[in-house]
Amino acid sequence: MTAEKPKVAFYWCASCGGCEETVVDLAEAFLDIVAAVDIVFWPVALDSKRKDVEAIADGAILATFLNGAIRTTEQEEMACLLRRKSKLLLAFGSCSHLGGIPGLANLFDRESILDSVYCESPSTVNAEGVLPVLRHKANGHTVELPGFYRTVRTLSQVVDVDYYVPGCPPTPRVLRTALLTLLSGELPPKGTVLAPDHALCEECPRKDGKPENLSIGQFKRPYEVLIDEEKCLLAQGLLCMGPATRGGCEAPCVQGNMPCTGCCGPTSRVRDQGAKILSSLASLLESKEEPEIDHALATIPDPVGTFYRYSLPSSLLRQGKSHSSSNVGPAK
Amino acid sequence: MPDANLNSSQAVAYVGEQPTFEPRIVAFFCNWCTYLAADLAGTSRMKYAPNMRVVRVMCSGRVDPQFVLDAFAHGADGVLIGGCHPGDCHYQEGNYKALRRFRLLKRMLGQMGIEEARLRLEWISASEAEKFRWVMNDMAEQVRALGPLRLLPAKEVFPEEVAV
Amino acid sequence: MPEPQDTSCSGGIGVYVCHCGTNIAGTVDVNVLTDYAAGLPGVTIARNYKYACSTPGQELIKRDIRELNLTRVVVAACSPCLHEKTFRNVTAEGGLNPYYFHMVNLREHASWVHTDKKAATEKAKDLVRAAVRRVRLHRPLERKRVSIDPNVLIVGGGIAGIHAALTLANAGKHVYLVERDATIGGHMAMFDKTFPTLDCAACILTPKMTAVKSHPNITLWTLSEVTQVDGYVGNYKVTVKRKPRYVLEDACVGCMECIEACVYKQAKVPDQFNMYLGKRKPIYIPFPQAVPQVVVIDRETCIEFKSGKCKKTCVEVCGDRKAIDFQQQEKAEIIEVGTIILATGFFTFNAKRIPYYGYGTYPSVYTALEVERLVNAAGPTGGEIVLRDGRRPKTVGVVHCVGSRDENTNRYCSRVCCMYSLKLAHLIKEKTGAEVFNFYIDMRTPGKGFEEFYNRVAEEGTIFIRGRVADVYPNPAGDGRLMVVAEDTLMSTVRRIPVDMVVLATGLEPQPDAQEVRRRFHLSCSSEGFFLERHPKLAPVSTFTDGIFLAGCCQGPKDIPDTVAQAGAAAAEALALIDIGYVEQEPYTAKILEDVCSGCKTCIPLCPYQAISFSDDQKKAAINEVLCKGCGTCVASCPSGSIEQNLFEDEEIFEEIEGLLADA
Repeated sequence: MTAEKPKVAFYWCASCGGCEETVVDLAEAFLDIVAAVDIVFWPVALDSKRKDVEAIADGAILATFLNGAIRTTEQEEMACLLRRKSKLLLAFGSCSHLGGIPGLANLFDRESILDSVYCESPSTVNAEGVLPVLRHKANGHTVELPGFYRTVRTLSQVVDVDYYVPGCPPTPRVLRTALLTLLSGELPPKGTVLAPDHALCEECPRKDGKPENLSIGQFKRPYEVLIDEEKCLLAQGLLCMGPATRGGCEAPCVQGNMPCTGCCGPTSRVRDQGAKILSSLASLLESKEEPEIDHALATIPDPVGTFYRYSLPSSLLRQGKSHSSSNVGPAK
Repeated sequence: MPDANLNSSQAVAYVGEQPTFEPRIVAFFCNWCTYLAADLAGTSRMKYAPNMRVVRVMCSGRVDPQFVLDAFAHGADGVLIGGCHPGDCHYQEGNYKALRRFRLLKRMLGQMGIEEARLRLEWISASEAEKFRWVMNDMAEQVRALGPLRLLPAKEVFPEEVAV
Repeated sequence: MPEPQDTSCSGGIGVYVCHCGTNIAGTVDVNVLTDYAAGLPGVTIARNYKYACSTPGQELIKRDIRELNLTRVVVAACSPCLHEKTFRNVTAEGGLNPYYFHMVNLREHASWVHTDKKAATEKAKDLVRAAVRRVRLHRPLERKRVSIDPNVLIVGGGIAGIHAALTLANAGKHVYLVERDATIGGHMAMFDKTFPTLDCAACILTPKMTAVKSHPNITLWTLSEVTQVDGYVGNYKVTVKRKPRYVLEDACVGCMECIEACVYKQAKVPDQFNMYLGKRKPIYIPFPQAVPQVVVIDRETCIEFKSGKCKKTCVEVCGDRKAIDFQQQEKAEIIEVGTIILATGFFTFNAKRIPYYGYGTYPSVYTALEVERLVNAAGPTGGEIVLRDGRRPKTVGVVHCVGSRDENTNRYCSRVCCMYSLKLAHLIKEKTGAEVFNFYIDMRTPGKGFEEFYNRVAEEGTIFIRGRVADVYPNPAGDGRLMVVAEDTLMSTVRRIPVDMVVLATGLEPQPDAQEVRRRFHLSCSSEGFFLERHPKLAPVSTFTDGIFLAGCCQGPKDIPDTVAQAGAAAAEALALIDIGYVEQEPYTAKILEDVCSGCKTCIPLCPYQAISFSDDQKKAAINEVLCKGCGTCVASCPSGSIEQNLFEDEEIFEEIEGLLADA
């Protein structure tokens, strides 16, 4: 009788599918993975269903890689189900780790989002203003939709998470290292992010040339500068999140001559990535007088979107405070 | 990751039978100027609103924006940062850094819908006890008028009868 | 990985709530608070005590530490600015590291400022809860020692600076005395007589001035100003700008033949020493007893500087002493000292700010300092009281409180004006036999012999009118006199008194550049602009900047005896530091977490003390602990959280914040 291969599952929640691409980008290494493990659940690639997961014994899955943030009741249910069925649950990619780009929806309230998608958007024809409902009876059948929570949450805000694989998406190398770590049996402490715990600058190819006396007069958008391929991007006036972002990705964006946008999240010593990049950039400003300071800061067109591009739901405030009065109590 | 409280258990004061909302304000004071001004207000027996809770730091430059956000996340309705007047920082320039961070943080919080008056920066020197008292009362009044901050909690129970 | 908090304790916290008599207990319910504290997680014992800072209070804490194996101590009492050191010592004497202690300010920040007892007690609970949560995370820390350079810098060569310099020099310490005028002596050298003894000011001052010059331990630099102060207590590096006198100090013997020989036959330049009432030549000595006894050339008025075409009779007559040097340049000297005493003095109130007193408009209106020069035998009128128009006054009005006790100008009392007004009244009467009227609000004569002096002056016939002068204007009778109008409040009538001469008792203000100067020395100012002392009662000569002390009127208006006393006190405090040889600095320094620093260089330019540098071989930041002053700016700026500040670590502050807000 052949020894049972360890079971592995992949699932996706509020995400884009990029993390699935990473698995594919393992290229030949993927074949080694497939040989070593038994993928029991992977909606994008296999024809497995929820009931197949429910049929597995609790804790029988060695590791589930769950990407995507949690916004709907269905996503939450699947997260809880996979948690029960897995020995180890990994938050895979920025969305499940930090909330990801979908997390920026936390700047709006549910009503305006639904309105915008189903009523206001220019290409939508919906004169009666029909919005999704939980239950609908038609032709003798009842159709159900998942509920839509008021905020986007990270995976750890819903279930207990064992490890995090950071990145949007994680690089194939980071994923491969994570898989090998799991299979090796020498597990790091629970809650570890499976990437080095230093900022990106440590591994950035432009580090040596970065000036020691950086002083920021104003920020520039990438299209405004002929970006030098060797010089530190911050030194060129671009807003690079590198200093506040965990490394491990080997800086592919910077090597692509674009500033880091912070997808791997902060180091373990930081509770709020957006606050820290805010602090470091502001501290380096040249001006001392309020009007000049504001003038310089005006060159950052969207602070919250830039600093919390991937991490809003995991940040300290988690959200904007909506002006809608329906924040208190159930939606209308 | 820290969980935001639902601010259901705000400090309340009672006026007659009606509970009125009393804001909780966390204040970060630098040791050499604002903290001493607060002490001077004390020795001068000045009276002011009891809403402020002070965290003492050596310099306003130590105030990490994370502290401000942590305070809001854990139930503060307002945050005050107190430092030395520009040019007078005991450590030369810490207050300039505090000012720059504050301007950007204020702008960002504005984008997030958090009202202006909830985050405030004041330069109060060691001898300005009267100004200190005025700020205590003024900020309490302004934040009281805004009501509790009320951020949404991470845990949300999905009510069955709701449409979506 | 997060740094393991292996020093955090799970229990063993002792909480001590002080009543401070009724100062705290009268408003905060100390029993409720103590019970509350006892129930907090990690608290082993909670007690309240009448006066925690008293000996039995301190013994109680020490005993508890030993007998109950406490690991942390929280004292909820007055301000940490007052007793944090006290209780840290208590903690240490009890056997724990002194930094396993945290103080809660219940008095200055709660019981003294709130009337609602319930609210004050709730606030107290929040503060204690926060402290208990924070102190759990404290780590053991050691104070660092910094050595003290034995040299002293004294800025300002008036009586305060002179006295401090002599005291220190006599104690064997080397002193740099830096004075920006061409001579030391300050304002006191301008006075004629000093109250109440009527000692001749020059007679008591000049021996001290000469002693300064000849003292082997004093380096006297006149025409010099401090332009930059770097460093910290025990290790100050000060840049002094030495302005050219155009006369070589070592060569000039003070014969003053050059002044006699100057191509200007007559003195034409209004001279500052005589309050611009007299004149001098471009080459001059400020006053005959000036120290150093060296001539000075004013380049603004000297023909050689203005046109390059002077006969230079001064050089000729100087002969082979060759003391005159038109090529002399300004130079900057850098000195290293351990302590600094600021004795930069005062400036008189500008009487033109009160236009209705007529100063600058009517020639017969004088300020007190101008009258000091008139009355002085070496002054512009040879000691005779002669008005600008040549007349000798028969009636004189002395106006008190000009620019003092005044909502429109300065609210404070300048302390010396009543006494000097009495003195001037006496001297004027003595010299001229004139009728003298003193218009006063109150008579402030608190010192030794002062009240007696007041009586004497009254008995001599000076007339005292209790009322603030409202107006001074030309006598409508057209006799050239000035009318002084004041309500005599004791008689409830308005008096109009024509006088030949009005003397304005101008108040004392900070020097015009006091703000610039105090910033240069990293000091604070009071709201009036005088340099701020550390504590108005108990630390009147030290400042919040360790190693810098204050003496004399730069700290606030005062007379000569108080100035000398304060100068002695400042010298004593400097001596105390020097003799101990070191000072202990709080360990609130920042440290780079080397394992995880990414070398992003964000922190490098942020430190005003240049304590952070980039290590080229490690490719990481490094902090020089000796230079770090513990502000924490770099800690807050580090984008990856790789710098920590002792006692103000992120986690400690987060605990404090969350403790303040956690629901009871």
